[in-house]
Amino acid sequence: MSLTMDGTSIPIIVLASGLIVVLVGLWGMMSRRNIIQIIIGFSLTDTGIHMLMVAVGYLNGRTAPIIDDAVDRTQAATLVVDPIPSALVLTAIVIGLGVTALLLAYAIQIYKKNGSLSVDDCSELKG
Amino acid sequence: MILLLIAALLCAGIVVSALLAVHLNNTVSAAISAGMASLFAAIIYVVLAAPDVAMTEAAIGAGLTTVIFLFAIRRTMESPEK
Amino acid sequence: MIKRATVLLSLLLLGFIFLHIAMDYSPPSALNSISEQYVASGPDELGAANIVTAVLVTYRGLDTLGEVAVLFISAAGVGLLLRRNLGAPTEEKKQRAASELVGTAVHFLLPLIFVLGVYIFVNGHLTPGGGFQGGAVLASGIMLLLLADPHTQLNHGIVEWLESTSGFGYVVVGVLGLVLAGGFLDNRFLDLGTFGELFSAGAMPIIYVLIGLKVGTELSAVLERMKD
Repeated sequence: MSLTMDGTSIPIIVLASGLIVVLVGLWGMMSRRNIIQIIIGFSLTDTGIHMLMVAVGYLNGRTAPIIDDAVDRTQAATLVVDPIPSALVLTAIVIGLGVTALLLAYAIQIYKKNGSLSVDDCSELKG
Repeated sequence: MILLLIAALLCAGIVVSALLAVHLNNTVSAAISAGMASLFAAIIYVVLAAPDVAMTEAAIGAGLTTVIFLFAIRRTMESPEK
Repeated sequence: MIKRATVLLSLLLLGFIFLHIAMDYSPPSALNSISEQYVASGPDELGAANIVTAVLVTYRGLDTLGEVAVLFISAAGVGLLLRRNLGAPTEEKKQRAASELVGTAVHFLLPLIFVLGVYIFVNGHLTPGGGFQGGAVLASGIMLLLLADPHTQLNHGIVEWLESTSGFGYVVVGVLGLVLAGGFLDNRFLDLGTFGELFSAGAMPIIYVLIGLKVGTELSAVLERMKD
């Protein structure tokens, strides 16, 4: 891998940033004591993975996979980027929102029961 | 060349927002910082020629997720005006 | 202290693996064979101009069905966890009304936001957009309504009816594809029409309209349940 000064290095930069964001999110999940801050770390990890997947589908110098005046129908296979990672990431973003909403509902119930949002106070399962 | 510069700046913005989101102690500021990271990611998706993903990330990541976090924070605060 | 060192060590190991992933990545120069086949034969077979929509709705339609199911399960979970007991007195939190600027702006902006959301998912097979984006915009409009007037209550009858009818309709269209055309969620049981028109690509607009309505009403119900 060599970082040249033109469009071929864009996916590498986005891929590296996505992986760094995944690591930052994981660190946030493992080192914070407030439940809602742990869930923020989870949401950041999701964002990083989506950046990684979209970066893998990019081909240099090509445009979006939609057939209109800019992309001719017969030679579309040489003019568009990969459409499959876009479709997968669309699904993943919506599912990430669903899981985050469920996690926050659990956090609200824990607060109602224990009176505090710290994970150190959740002591029902400790031996 | 310009596109590379824009992509590098946006990626730096995403990483800085993510670091802020896990370092700030005020939970509201952390939630808004995570929303900012999603917003910059939506602009990167436009640079990477994926407009559908950009629309979805802007609407869901930077809009609905931040609001859901703020609703949850409001419900778990000790209300000072009671 | 030990815990912090363990966390740091595991993150360093993970970072090392990620570094090797990033170093060995070389961007491809041509589409791989599956994507090439989808791009080359998508517009002719299915009549859709937006290839990502064609992949999501027909070629990988089962994944979209799974995603709609997961969204339904999470919305049901939120509704179960945060249920309001009918007999208990509701706590009257003193809610500050929004400022007059927001209150007036809502009357003006809300119909425009709804029209934008419906436009996005009706034209999903021609321009960038589709059911999920349009549904998210609809839910954002409802969120603006909830923020501007803290005492609004959604009409639960309409929302539930709309959500269940859209979900059921989606499965019915899938089974119609199985019975009348090639397979489950095949869109060719309606006429393909001329390329680029609004009423083209068979049953794809119908599927996306149903998905857009379902996602929009589901996310609005989750937002309203989270609010208080």
